[in-house]
Amino acid sequence: MSGLPLLSLAIWLPIVGGLLVLATGDRNAKLVRPLALALAVAGFLVTLPLYIGFDTTTSAMQFTELRWWIPRFSIEYRLGVDGISVLFILLNSFITPLVVLAGWKVIEEKVAQYMAAFLIMSGLMNGIFSALDAVLFYVFFEASLIPMYIIIGVWGGPNRVYAAFKFFLYTLLGSLLMLVALIWLFFQSDFSFNLLDWHALPIPLSAQIYLFLAFLVAFAVKVPMWPVHTWLPDAHVEAPTGGSVVLAAIMLKLGAYGFLRFSLPIAPDASRELAWLMIALSLIAVVYIGFVALVQSDMKKLIAYSSISHMGFVTLGFFIFNTLGVEGALVQMISHGFVSGAMFLCVGVLYDRMHSRKIADYGGVVHTMPKFVAFMVFFAMANSGLPATSGFVGEFMVILGSVQYSFWIGFIAAITLILGAAYNLWMVKRVAFGAVANRHVAELADINTREFVVLGILALCVLGMGLYPLPFTDVMHASVDNLLKHVAVPKF
Amino acid sequence: MEMHPYALWVPLAPLFGAVVAGLFGKAIGRAGAHWITSLGVAVALILSWLIYLDVDAGTVYNAAVYTWASSGGLSFQVGFLIDKLTVTMMLVVSFVSLMVHIYTIGYMAHDEENWPDGSLAGKNSYQRFFAYISLFTFSMLMLVMSNNFLQLFFGWEAVGLVSYLLIGFWSSRPTAVYANLKAFLVNRVGDFGFLLGIGLIAAYCGSLNYNDVFAQGQNLAGLTFPGTDWMLVTVICICLFIGAMGKSAQFPLHVWLPDSMEGPTPISALIHAATMVTAGIFMVSRMSPLFELSDAALSFVIVIGAITAFFMALIAIVQTDIKRVVAYSTLSQLGYMTAALGASAYSAAMFHLATHAFFKAVLFLGAGSVIIAMHHEQDMRKMGGLRKYMPITYLTVLIGALANAGFPPFAGFFSKDSIIEAVHLSTTAGAGFAHALLLAGVFIGGFYSFRLVFFAFHGKERFRDAHAHDGHDGHGHDDHGGHHAVEPKESPWVVTVPLILLAIPSIIAGWVMIGPALFGDYFRASIFIADGHPAIAAMKDGFHGAWGMIVHGLTALPFWLALAGAATAWYLYIVRPDLPAVIKKKSGVLARILEEKYGFDRFNDWFFAGGARLIGRGLWKGGDQTVIDGLAVNGSAKVVGWIASIVRLFQSGHIYQYAFSMIIGVFLLLTFWMNRA
Repeated sequence: MSGLPLLSLAIWLPIVGGLLVLATGDRNAKLVRPLALALAVAGFLVTLPLYIGFDTTTSAMQFTELRWWIPRFSIEYRLGVDGISVLFILLNSFITPLVVLAGWKVIEEKVAQYMAAFLIMSGLMNGIFSALDAVLFYVFFEASLIPMYIIIGVWGGPNRVYAAFKFFLYTLLGSLLMLVALIWLFFQSDFSFNLLDWHALPIPLSAQIYLFLAFLVAFAVKVPMWPVHTWLPDAHVEAPTGGSVVLAAIMLKLGAYGFLRFSLPIAPDASRELAWLMIALSLIAVVYIGFVALVQSDMKKLIAYSSISHMGFVTLGFFIFNTLGVEGALVQMISHGFVSGAMFLCVGVLYDRMHSRKIADYGGVVHTMPKFVAFMVFFAMANSGLPATSGFVGEFMVILGSVQYSFWIGFIAAITLILGAAYNLWMVKRVAFGAVANRHVAELADINTREFVVLGILALCVLGMGLYPLPFTDVMHASVDNLLKHVAVPKF
Repeated sequence: MEMHPYALWVPLAPLFGAVVAGLFGKAIGRAGAHWITSLGVAVALILSWLIYLDVDAGTVYNAAVYTWASSGGLSFQVGFLIDKLTVTMMLVVSFVSLMVHIYTIGYMAHDEENWPDGSLAGKNSYQRFFAYISLFTFSMLMLVMSNNFLQLFFGWEAVGLVSYLLIGFWSSRPTAVYANLKAFLVNRVGDFGFLLGIGLIAAYCGSLNYNDVFAQGQNLAGLTFPGTDWMLVTVICICLFIGAMGKSAQFPLHVWLPDSMEGPTPISALIHAATMVTAGIFMVSRMSPLFELSDAALSFVIVIGAITAFFMALIAIVQTDIKRVVAYSTLSQLGYMTAALGASAYSAAMFHLATHAFFKAVLFLGAGSVIIAMHHEQDMRKMGGLRKYMPITYLTVLIGALANAGFPPFAGFFSKDSIIEAVHLSTTAGAGFAHALLLAGVFIGGFYSFRLVFFAFHGKERFRDAHAHDGHDGHGHDDHGGHHAVEPKESPWVVTVPLILLAIPSIIAGWVMIGPALFGDYFRASIFIADGHPAIAAMKDGFHGAWGMIVHGLTALPFWLALAGAATAWYLYIVRPDLPAVIKKKSGVLARILEEKYGFDRFNDWFFAGGARLIGRGLWKGGDQTVIDGLAVNGSAKVVGWIASIVRLFQSGHIYQYAFSMIIGVFLLLTFWMNRA
């Protein structure tokens, strides 16, 4: 292992870079864009050693860093990653350059601020995934809201203020209960904010239930789980394309990650006690939201709902407590990062040209944008879980895990096979196929090189992960096994 | 257990062609695209033949290529199992595919006419079409060569994807893009069951490799499905079979196949007749060690097969679109194969699968040849008398029809008769019912096959007066119908040569294959038959060579039924062509039921498509917008606002109010504190 503080680099390089971009100023847009891209790429490159140097044989935290931060309250700057978190740091850092590219031409107002917001957000989210101190985690967790709030509020659509507020209040209120839980744990553990200490802390079942519920509120809003999901479609619809991509690809994963880092290991018995609730909510998300997605007339809303439905698979995988389920859920999270990001980029491509997200305004796009439609069909198929795309891997593993747990749970979950294909392909049919619908569609220009590169890179990721997911699952085994063993043992 | 050195190249060669033609179609041009894809498939065919020689010598190849993923003690692999069952499919698939590639050169030569003016999607459509059919060949080969359920499912969905792309190939046509969505979704219903079956296998066998799973068959047989007294293996088999019902278009999941005819004819032949739709038949044969454990599942299979065989054949007799007749005939023949599976006559099903692939490809490609000559007219009412103008097409279609109807000594006779006999001898519950339906289906089969021949190729040359009132039948097929005045002429050699090459096995394949395939031990290593299922063994006793079978066949009921069917067609369409209209009028409701295809489409559109939208809208408007956002979210915002408006009253800015409330507060606190102490 190299001596470089890799995790700190992954966090602070984008943040400092973002400040640098901000300092460059909006007026130097010509300089800002390449600078932001270079910094984003650099931010990704520094995370590569995390994967290359990762030891897949251990479940212990790796690349750990420890410094005092506020010793008076024993708050530490404690970082580390395991097989559960490392992939998300890579995913997050990987998505950032794509988002920068996606906003290259489209964003003309306040370019520096826009790019800076994304860079800073990327660093903050790396902080969330690598923090092992609860306060540090909480600070990153809340701080990451601010750039997203600004992105939606400033560069968003006409109803952006309502959406930004809804997003902010929903997620902030959710996490207040978590703060209470964290402080309670601090006292309970003899004044420690170290997450790993908390994992080993014996807690009576009744207290675990309260803890679990407090965390549940915070994380369920983030995921989002049914019924606290309604902020997401609004936020997506109003967010600029880049905002939607990061929101779907990374930000939704924070909640799910929280379940694995907090709920399951700290309150394992409560997790088992309340698994029925979590499974029920997940299945409702998969089926209910699948039906809702079907009838959306706004493409972004449709994809937003499809995101919720896919995240239902993730929470389902966690709470069936078998390796297939948890690993499948993790794979699903990574894949969803690629696929939903790509889907939002596809809508962005259309929106940039037509300034409409309404399905009814389109039709026959294939006749003017064949290259684009090839991508769109591919990603829609991935979103429907077609084998050989990444979308299949996680879904397949979670369904297998569910059937192992209970056939009928698997049965309900597998309904997504039909619903997913229905809402994705029905949208594709109405947007891309048929005769050219109107004059505006007839005048569309196919994707340019920049758009082709962005979508092409994502397509390669989706295909690569679909054909060979072993490198992803291998990283997880040790940590997931350890987690499941931990959850299986009563803690009170 | 090892890997055959050529095995990997069999699927990769077509994949290479597909990738090159798909991504660089513009650069390599039309000729480049059809050469590279055809060569890729030719390589696959030659290598398949070489592998066949080795397999025929008695070797079974079974090895993993790479580990796809691993989790929870399961290792998911990509790998090949090549035995005689596999190699038969490899040969059928790559041979028919190669013929279709060559045929496509002629069929798609003027594809630009099928696209709206200025459509960029129509620009390199020729190359794209070749890329798709090669990609299909790759997917189908991956499916049949798999040694595990994961890869099987991969191939299963991949052929579905290509089918989707090809049915909707002419993407400006509303009917085509409706049909491809429908096909994909109906198949997904099947896949839903299929995936659950795979899930059960993974959960109870701890492996997805065929050999590991089959080895545990006896353990499985002893288990019951949790919470019930059903046999676990019955549930598994029915789940898997639901997958087969989707892909092989069995009642009631058959509804997508007729609509799939919206795709270009070469793929109707390749995908929707010869290969993809037989994937379900192949899969069940491959799973014989599981299906043999459950008599209940076999009964389910035989009944579904028989229903499909008979009732789909009935619809064929009222169709006037030449491709739809062949499509319904395909449904019916798939029903025969399925019924054979239910009778534990897997080898008979595979045998019919192979002969059907040839003669049905002939019928489809022949229909396509007619369609070219008629300038994309598919309505048989506007044809007639074509045999004079297109003798090769006529002759090959006639061969196809004879084989399809099951006349000796054509290929279909041997395989169809074997199925009927096997079902007759079967002890599976429901076999008697199935046997009756299959026999009745023979009559119908003879009728619709020759109705097609007589309607399109004999009788009055109706195309001459067709162009006078050149109304387009609502299908939206091409906009170039104005050329009808030109006399139809025989298609070019790229079209006729594949027809001839496919007609040859349609004649001789039955004769050549029946001995080894059905009664020899050709499939012995691949197919397992339990002791209580005697059909094939019993037939073997009565089998005295192909010649004997023909002689016997001439005196048996199926032959006379088929002959009666053909004679009826002759009478109605040659002798008294005025009669069909009269009969149709007289039969009223019955004809209407058939024309409505038993109302499945209407029902599905109303119940499933409409119902799903209704539920979606209800949950969205009622659940998300009214309850969650309306009551909970905005409601709590309102409550907060309401509380704030009251609290605001206290922040009046008047000092005396503040002072007054302070005094009250102090008073209350003091009271409380005092009492506590």
